[in-house]
Amino acid sequence: MGLFQHVGKYFILLGRVFSRPEKIRIYYRETIKELDKLGLSSIGIVAIISVFMGAVITIQTAYNTENPMLPAYLIGLTARDSMLLEFSSTIVALILAGKIGSNIASEIGTMRVTEQIDALEIMGVNSASYLILPKIIATVFFSPFLCLMSMIIGIFGGWIAGVSVGVITTQDYIYGIQYAFIPYYIVYALIKMAIFAFLITSISAYHGYYSYGGSLDVGKSSTKAVVRSSIFILLFNVILTQLLLS
Amino acid sequence: MIEVKNIYKSFNGIPVLKNINVLFEKGKTNLIIGQSGSGKTVLLKSIVGLHEVDQGEIIFDGTVFNKLDFKEKKEMRKQIGMLFQGGALFDSSTVEENVMYPLDMFSEMNYNEKRERANECLKRVNIINANQLYPAEISGGMQKRVAIARAIALNPKYLFCDEPNSGLDPQTAILIDNLIKEITEEYNMTTIVNTHDMNSVMENGDNVMFIYKGEKWWQGSRDDIFDSENKELNDFIFASKLSQKIRDLKNSR
Ligand SMILES: Nc1ncnc2c1ncn2[C@@H]1O[C@H](COP(=O)(O)OP(=O)(O)OP(=O)(O)O)[C@@H](O)[C@H]1O
Ligand SMILES: [Mg+2]
Repeated sequence: MGLFQHVGKYFILLGRVFSRPEKIRIYYRETIKELDKLGLSSIGIVAIISVFMGAVITIQTAYNTENPMLPAYLIGLTARDSMLLEFSSTIVALILAGKIGSNIASEIGTMRVTEQIDALEIMGVNSASYLILPKIIATVFFSPFLCLMSMIIGIFGGWIAGVSVGVITTQDYIYGIQYAFIPYYIVYALIKMAIFAFLITSISAYHGYYSYGGSLDVGKSSTKAVVRSSIFILLFNVILTQLLLS
Repeated sequence: MIEVKNIYKSFNGIPVLKNINVLFEKGKTNLIIGQSGSGKTVLLKSIVGLHEVDQGEIIFDGTVFNKLDFKEKKEMRKQIGMLFQGGALFDSSTVEENVMYPLDMFSEMNYNEKRERANECLKRVNIINANQLYPAEISGGMQKRVAIARAIALNPKYLFCDEPNSGLDPQTAILIDNLIKEITEEYNMTTIVNTHDMNSVMENGDNVMFIYKGEKWWQGSRDDIFDSENKELNDFIFASKLSQKIRDLKNSR
């Protein structure tokens, strides 16, 4: 199937996902479940990668700017802006594409090949909306929190690493992370993150929903889901940066 | 009564069903038999509207089902129960939740009423003390029975079963067959069952349709099968040594 056919089918599926839900109460219940499964359970991994990313950025910046002309607080500033602009949104999104993208594609794909989706349809349930909408709402709503958390933990990690390695003092670091601070960068990152979350969830759900065959095919769908979501995150990163920062 | 008229269905240009015309009677267990890959599942899914047919009409008691609009179809679906080839229970829900699911979606019952109805259905299929287990924790035969309970939860007028006894031992298979037959008569439903199990044909074969390479090849009752001259039907039915012996015995009498 060509790219255009995929895109067409993807938008038809989205159309079904966003048609009016039948029983709001049940959708609410499902969304809470997904918040737990896709959102809360990602806190750990996001925290771990953020602390290490902050640490590495700080140490690398320190070793690359060993010039007495450059003030030490620049290290704090660089750590802050790197986290805010790219790492807490794009890199975290790529990690989430691996974690929740494969989870979504394999869950929905398994339901497809074991005819659970047919069972929903036969009961007159709009399976696309019932299975996918709660996941989209949960991830789009929750991912900005993950992004914000990643910024804080990353900057904190930078401080710990910088001070314990001895490349910067606490004072310089704190001065640096406050220096020439542009609050809009946070807004920019949160918007990006919400859009990435939408891409991950919808693309992975698409691949799961149109699985056909057996467990082998579900595995393939899940791989495709991760690869394609990652590519679209990178593509949209360029587009959104141009749109939001120019 | 369900009437199927001139149905054609193909996937990506490859025809799977060709000009199927058949009548399924009310209050009876109607069987569709045929080899693996002959199109039984596709036919059943086309009748219930999970596949759009390319051509033809599917008539449920006078209503042309496949010409209804989305909303009318949905209304109609509440009267349809279906048992899938693999059971298709929702893995993340317990046995009880599975049976309650259609009630959750479509009835205005409160929680206790829904539970009561679910337990009534589970009892009907002889599942007791398994309410809180997950599908992965019960045997294949039990899964099939739970799936039947879920299919009948809303008191459907039409019941569809895709190979209800595949993967089961002969005794359990007959139990399931009888259960479907009893329920059908009890609620006066129109039931259609896909099978390639000869025991089912002998137990329940009042109205049997034989499908061969996507075409209706033969239709009749279990007694007609022994007298049929249809070569493909005979090859299919009397494939095993055991069934050949039975035929020879019957013919020698
Ligand atoms: N969604 C689909 N897309 C493409 N081809 C399909 C699809 N579903 C079924 N087919 C094809 O239709 C044919 C009939 O399949 P079907 O599942 O109806 O067989 P069956 O009679 O139910 O077999 P079994 O007894 O093994 O279940 C097969 O050749 C199959 O490959
Ligand atoms: Mg089949």
